[in-house]
Amino acid sequence: MKPLAISHYTVTTACGRGKAALLDALRSGRSGLRHGQFEAGAMDGWFGAVDALDQPLAPEHAAWDCRVNRLLAAALQQDGFIPAVAALRQRYGAARIGVFVGTSTSGVQQAELAYRDRDRSGGRLPDWFDYSRSQSIHVPAEFARLLLGLGGCCMSISTACSSSAKVFAAAARAIRAGLCDAAVVGGVDSLCLTTLYGFNSLQLVSADICRPADLRRKGISIGEAGGFAIVDPAASADGPALLGYGESGDAHHMSTPDPEGRGAQAAMQAALARAGVAPAAVDYINLHGTATQANDLAEDRAVCAVFGDAVPCSSTKGWSGHTLGAAGMVEAAIAMLCIEHGLIPQSLNTLDLDPQLRGAVVRQALHTRVDRVLSNSFGFGGSNCSLLFGRPA
Amino acid sequence: MKAPEVKDLYVNAVGLAAPGLHGWAQARQILSGAQPWAALPEAPYAPQLLPPNERRRAPAGVRQAFRAAEDAQSACAMDFSQLAAVFASSDSDLTVMDRINCALSEPVRAVSPTDFHNSVHNAASGYWSIAASCRLPTTAVGGYDGSFAMGLLEAAALVHGDGFGVLLVAFDVPPPPLLRASRPLSCAASIALVLGDAPGPGTLALLRLSLADEAESLLSDAALENLRQGNPALRGLPLLCAIARGGSTRLVLPHVPGCNVMLEVAAA
Repeated sequence: MKPLAISHYTVTTACGRGKAALLDALRSGRSGLRHGQFEAGAMDGWFGAVDALDQPLAPEHAAWDCRVNRLLAAALQQDGFIPAVAALRQRYGAARIGVFVGTSTSGVQQAELAYRDRDRSGGRLPDWFDYSRSQSIHVPAEFARLLLGLGGCCMSISTACSSSAKVFAAAARAIRAGLCDAAVVGGVDSLCLTTLYGFNSLQLVSADICRPADLRRKGISIGEAGGFAIVDPAASADGPALLGYGESGDAHHMSTPDPEGRGAQAAMQAALARAGVAPAAVDYINLHGTATQANDLAEDRAVCAVFGDAVPCSSTKGWSGHTLGAAGMVEAAIAMLCIEHGLIPQSLNTLDLDPQLRGAVVRQALHTRVDRVLSNSFGFGGSNCSLLFGRPA
Repeated sequence: MKAPEVKDLYVNAVGLAAPGLHGWAQARQILSGAQPWAALPEAPYAPQLLPPNERRRAPAGVRQAFRAAEDAQSACAMDFSQLAAVFASSDSDLTVMDRINCALSEPVRAVSPTDFHNSVHNAASGYWSIAASCRLPTTAVGGYDGSFAMGLLEAAALVHGDGFGVLLVAFDVPPPPLLRASRPLSCAASIALVLGDAPGPGTLALLRLSLADEAESLLSDAALENLRQGNPALRGLPLLCAIARGGSTRLVLPHVPGCNVMLEVAAA
């Protein structure tokens, strides 16, 4: 495929609001994860929480008020993103710009609060609960469309932890198919009890801080994040670009990756093939790297099958936590930061590298020219997506 | 609004499961107007393609999705493992979410691991990937009442942007009692379409797709219009009526505010 220019992007994680905060954290090795409780009385652990989400939305958007929409609105405020979309709108017209947003849980936290507040004798949820502006999986995309004044086609993608990687693929093919001329893509997921206790029921939440690729890794630390990017085929070619993407299904199990990583291999190979890039031309692989036993081992096998064992790779979940449906977007932003700033981040929090892993896990950050980065995102249901970013030249 | 240049899509098979519309072979007689619709509820359904473990675990939403997908497959010679798949649903399965939210509102907060893995919006696409041994791209989208059109757009993009034949399945099931006031769906329903850039042996129709800020089409038959409004998947019913009648029809499906999907449907 022809490289697709990413003219602007922004990302808000536990490391701070805006991409400069994330870059600073990556450079300084400062994790955004903190020990504590997401809310009073809930199980404690390590979380990647975004600060200051306790303020309600502006009065004109009060009907949309919930944690995921606050996070989304905060993310859009950073890095001059809203003015950049306004300029895009001038060029293409609002009706020809698609909006593609990935989320795994949308505003389900609002439903959690409503269930706690319900009238148990009458079997009723409180009147303030509005499914269509909180819990519905379509809410972040619709709210982003409203905040950005866009009127074109719209895609809400929810494939668990690959959701906001797949938005780049969906936008690229929609542009190629003629459904839109340019796109705003993004991902957002906020902390909630559903994912905390859900992953915990599968024994996938670490009591310790998450330690990707570590011999004694015990699972994920959950984080929250929001991020957006502008896919503009007519943008100048000197910034980062999407070179390729690949998607696949594991056809194996709903919540356990194929131990051989065959689906993951297929996604990576499809991304390389679509870009016309050889494995050896990739400078860095940003791993899905959740720090569960099963993921890190299966992903390592898949990476080594496609790339051999020499391409530097690391997971950046040690900074942000696993931001689930937002992870694809967060790690796309990290891939672009690495290319723009010549950085290959280390596998943060890794103490003793698991000797079973054969890949070239980065233990100390490298400061070097980075031309191409592959980013992996894998989700429940065996949903895999690999994105290849690079300089278009 | 400038009409975008989207190439034609071929409808190579149809599947349908809804009250009184028990499979495409039976339902097309009703949707064409040859027979009246009658309110016959559907019998419970066990997906045929799923291995026993997954069949046992699959929640109602997944079963409903499989019902239309398997109906389409029964009339289609294609190898479904070689089709990309799009599952479009507003709510996926709110009964699963309800059990989780009830558990989370108790002091112990004991979430069932099976409920959690069934709670992802892409549960149906994950089960489908396993059932059909499909390692091609599968995806799950949700656009509230515009879910059918959203799925159709992603399917069109997969066909014309990426070169895949595509199975599109739109499905939704009614929520449990606590959520009925918040999300009142009147019935369970699902529609499946096999779409491609070329005709096959059983091709039913040709679609020309564009985006338009025009009002969605209603159905003149009151009973069918009632069904259309009762489930987001059945917002696709005007398309199935047009296919069943044959000839040429222009119709508009709801997508998102200010942007609906216009279809020119021609008999193959």
